This record gives sequence, structure tokens and C-alpha cells, in this order.
Amino acid sequence: MSNERVALKELLFQLADDDFLISYRGSEWLGLAPHIEEDVAFSSITQDTMGHATMYYNLLEELGEGNADALAHLRSSAERRNSVLAERVNGEGYYMETPIYDWAYAVVRNYFYAQAKRVKIDSLRESSYAPLAEGAVKVSMELHYHLMHWRTWFTQLMSSTDEAEKRMTNAIKLVMEDFGDIFSYGQYKEDIESAGLIATEEELTKNWIAALTPVFESLGLAVPTIPAPVKNGRNGEHTDELDTAIATLSEVYRLDVEAVW
Amino acid sequence: MVVVALKTEEEKQQEFLARIEAGEKIEADDWMPEEYRIALIKLISMHGISEIMGALPEKEWVPKAPSLRRKLGIMSKVQDEMGHGQLLLRVAEDLLKPYGKNRGDLMQDLFNEDLKFHNVFHMETNTWADAGLIGWLVDGAAIITQTNMLGASYGPYARALQRICAEEVFHAQHGESIILALAEGTPEQRAMIQESLNGWWESLLMFFGPASSQTTGASKQDVTIKYRIRTKTNEQLRQDFFDKYIPRILSLGLTIPDPTLRYNDEEKRWEYAQPDWNEFKKIIRNEGPRSQARLNLRRTSYEYNAWVRDALSAVIR
Repeated sequence: MSNERVALKELLFQLADDDFLISYRGSEWLGLAPHIEEDVAFSSITQDTMGHATMYYNLLEELGEGNADALAHLRSSAERRNSVLAERVNGEGYYMETPIYDWAYAVVRNYFYAQAKRVKIDSLRESSYAPLAEGAVKVSMELHYHLMHWRTWFTQLMSSTDEAEKRMTNAIKLVMEDFGDIFSYGQYKEDIESAGLIATEEELTKNWIAALTPVFESLGLAVPTIPAPVKNGRNGEHTDELDTAIATLSEVYRLDVEAVW
Repeated sequence: MVVVALKTEEEKQQEFLARIEAGEKIEADDWMPEEYRIALIKLISMHGISEIMGALPEKEWVPKAPSLRRKLGIMSKVQDEMGHGQLLLRVAEDLLKPYGKNRGDLMQDLFNEDLKFHNVFHMETNTWADAGLIGWLVDGAAIITQTNMLGASYGPYARALQRICAEEVFHAQHGESIILALAEGTPEQRAMIQESLNGWWESLLMFFGPASSQTTGASKQDVTIKYRIRTKTNEQLRQDFFDKYIPRILSLGLTIPDPTLRYNDEEKRWEYAQPDWNEFKKIIRNEGPRSQARLNLRRTSYEYNAWVRDALSAVIR
């Protein structure tokens, strides 16, 4: 396989797995959001995001990587290319019992993630791979609303009660600890960047900071610094939170991988 | 001296009944008998909160749905249910205004166990087939009861039901599609639906409520029929459900877990074994298999998110 082909495939797995896992985490929140209107809105975002993941898995299927459902459900955590942030649990407890989910964490994770996705999608619209550029245009329209939604929550909760501020500040710290691999292409950095598929890691990082700066300034804060990754999900390094997520999301599919569901 | 001829309660009541008998719609700000308002509040708040509690059993299968397509489908379906809950609770809130109550109070009523939710949502879900069966038959049963109220005398409820029924039709198709895939699948997949049907059959019969108030000591059907909120009795609705779904269930090669079930040609009605109505009474008292677990999940998340609601009201101030 040519380097360009490998680069394309790796990038698509990164994009697909990111949206797939964060959408999975969103689906665990279903029915438990702070109020009913938010439940409906968050669920709509979660669906859009699952739709985006599906689009990337379909592109991989077209490239001969195998069936999209199998790619989404059957790959082990070592084969996954999502960022660690996308796989993190929503809080304590399994969703089938009585979990304690942290709304501050949901807001910060989704806001920072949506903004990172925004800068990637803006760049992907110019991608050298035409199907990806076309897909990015469709994602872009929906992403506009996602970003607006999470930015509203973020600024409101950051400028409200002391308790909200304390919880949000703590959530920012937690989210940033996992932010190191968000803009990383892992070991295929050179191939991905030189193929003209998407902007460089440095450029995306710069754009993310620039987009968040006015929001943080309006709150009298500085944009947090992105640390070096502890684990790099782009290289298949993950937490065991991903293993349990995969076990759950593929539980029925694995009963019979040949069957039609 | 001006004599103001105040209408007596009796006269107002007569005029009100004449309006609904003439097919007029009653709106939120219109005068209405207390009995009517209370019947509507009970019906609509229970319907609304059931949509919200009903999201919980299906939600259990959303992360586990066995393909990308199914994940998208079931997410959208559960989202619709939450949306119905929101719509209905808004209708209930308008009716509650004279009592100075709002949605927060309805949530507290649910937590205090004064406000009940529908019997089917107290049950366990064990397999993916249950997720399909809920969409197909529980939503199918809901379509039958809700279609019966599309002409309800209370305008805001009738209009909300228009939209809800339109979406429920998609839900039933979504459920049927899951069931058809399993029915055409492997022997294990087919066994999964049969087991699911065995488990849900009694709950489906109970869904329509007892045939008369003698069965459980209480039934709202008389007053809702009197005020033209609904037209058919519980038993008529159950028979409609049989008419529509028994042939479909049998055509999939499934067995209905009631050996006494037969169609009485002379009386043009289905004969069937009664479900255990004592069990029904227990379930609607929140003593069903998953009643307390689901209530607890709702309570815990509501309490744990209290800081968010506080923060939002601080922003509004």
C-alpha cells in the first residue's frame, strides 16, 4: 500500500473512531440530561455525530477496509485511533445501573471537542481526497449548531453560581489532561500532512486556540495549554475505559457477526 | 340597580357539555368543570411522564444497538419519546396553572410516587428483541389508544396527539423492521423474538387497562368518555389491537402464549385469557420488576443535576 493510501486510511480511522466513541458516550446520557429540552437537543447532536462516524466508516468500506459495521463494532482497542478524550467515561457507574454523570464534564468535553472538530472540518473542506472534502461540507452545517449549543452552555455555566464555576473549572482540568492527542496524527504525521489531506497538527492547534480566545477573554480567562499526550490514541494507546465501551457497544453484534440485525 | 345574572355552576356545566357535544374544542383559558380539568391533568401528566419514563427501558439498548443503522434509528426513536414528554408536560402545565403548580411539581409527584407511569415501562428488557418488540407492539398499542383520542374535546391535547401519532407510526415501523430482521434471521434470532413475545404478552394486554373499574377498583374510562376525551372503552381498544396485530404476529410464525386465544365469529370478538390484574395493580403501585430502579435512576440524575438548574436560574436572574 502506498504511503498516501496508508495516510488516508489512518486519518479516516482517527476521524471515524473519534465521532463514534464520543457519540457512544452521548448515547449513555440519553434520558439523564439536566432537563427535558436538553435531552432532546443533546440526543440530536449525538445522532448527527453517529451519522458523521458512519460517513467515515463508509469511506473506509469503499476503500476496501471491510464492512462499515464490522469496522465500528469489532476492532479491538489497540486497533482504535480515537483520541483518549472521546473514550472517557461520563462519570462514575455503568449506564445500565444508576450512574452519576457529571454535566460540567459533558459540557467542557463536548465544547472543546466540537471546536477541535470545527477546525478539522474547515481544513478537510480543502482536502486532496474529494469524497472527504464533500463529506466535510455536510458535517459542517450540522457542526455549526453543535458548537453554538456547547458554547452557550459553557459561557452560561462559567458565569453563574460559584458551585457551577468550581465544577466547570475542575472539568476543564480533567478534559485538558486528555487533550494531548486531539490534534496528533500519531506515527503517520508526516505522511498525513504531506498528502494534503488536512492541515498540519500545529496549524489546527493554532486555529483552535484562536477560536477559543475571544470566548475565554470574555470570561477573563486564558485558553488552557494543550499538554503532551500521556497516551496517544492515534497510535492505539488507550485506557481500559475504551475496552468496556467496545464490549458494550458490540455486545449484540457479537452474538452473531454473520447475522443480519 | 343593575342585576348581574350570574350563571349557576349547573348552567355553566350544561353549556360546557353542550359545547363539547357540538364538537367544539375547549382551550386552555376556557372555563371548564373541575372534574374535567382534573381528569385531563391526570391523563396528560401520566401520559407525559410515561413518555419520559418510557425512554429508560429502550435507552438500555441504544448504546448496544447492533449496527450503525440501528444505533441511529433507536437514538432517534428515544429522542422522539423525550420530545413527546416535553410537549405533553407543557400541555399539563397550562392546566395546572390555577393550582400554582408546574413541571418541577410533576417531577416531585413522580418521585413521591403520587404520579404514576404506564405499566409497560416497569418491565425488564432482556435482549435486543425486546427493544424491537417495544417499538413494534408497545408503540403499536399506543397508536391505538392515542388515535382514539385524536378527536379529544380538549384542543391542546388533541393537537399534541396529532404530532405524536404521526411519529409513533415511524416508531412502529422502526420496531417492525427490527423484528422482521430477526424473524428472517438465524434460529437463535427467531427464538429471541418468541421469548420476547412470551415475556411481553401480559403487559400488552394490561396496557389497555381493565375492562371495568370492578377489576382494579378504579378506572378513569367513564369520565373520559363522558367528556368526549376518548370514545372507545378499554376493552374495545384491546380488541382493536388484537384485530390489527394477531394476524401479523402469526404471519411471522410466532406463537401467541395463550392457548385459549380464539376468535368468536358470532360475537365478532377475541376470547383470551385475562392477565393477572393483581399483578397489574402491583405494577402501577410501582412494585413492578424495574419500577424502583427506574424511578431511582430518574431521581438520582435529577438530584445530581440540581446545581445545573440552579446555575441556569441564576443566569436568567
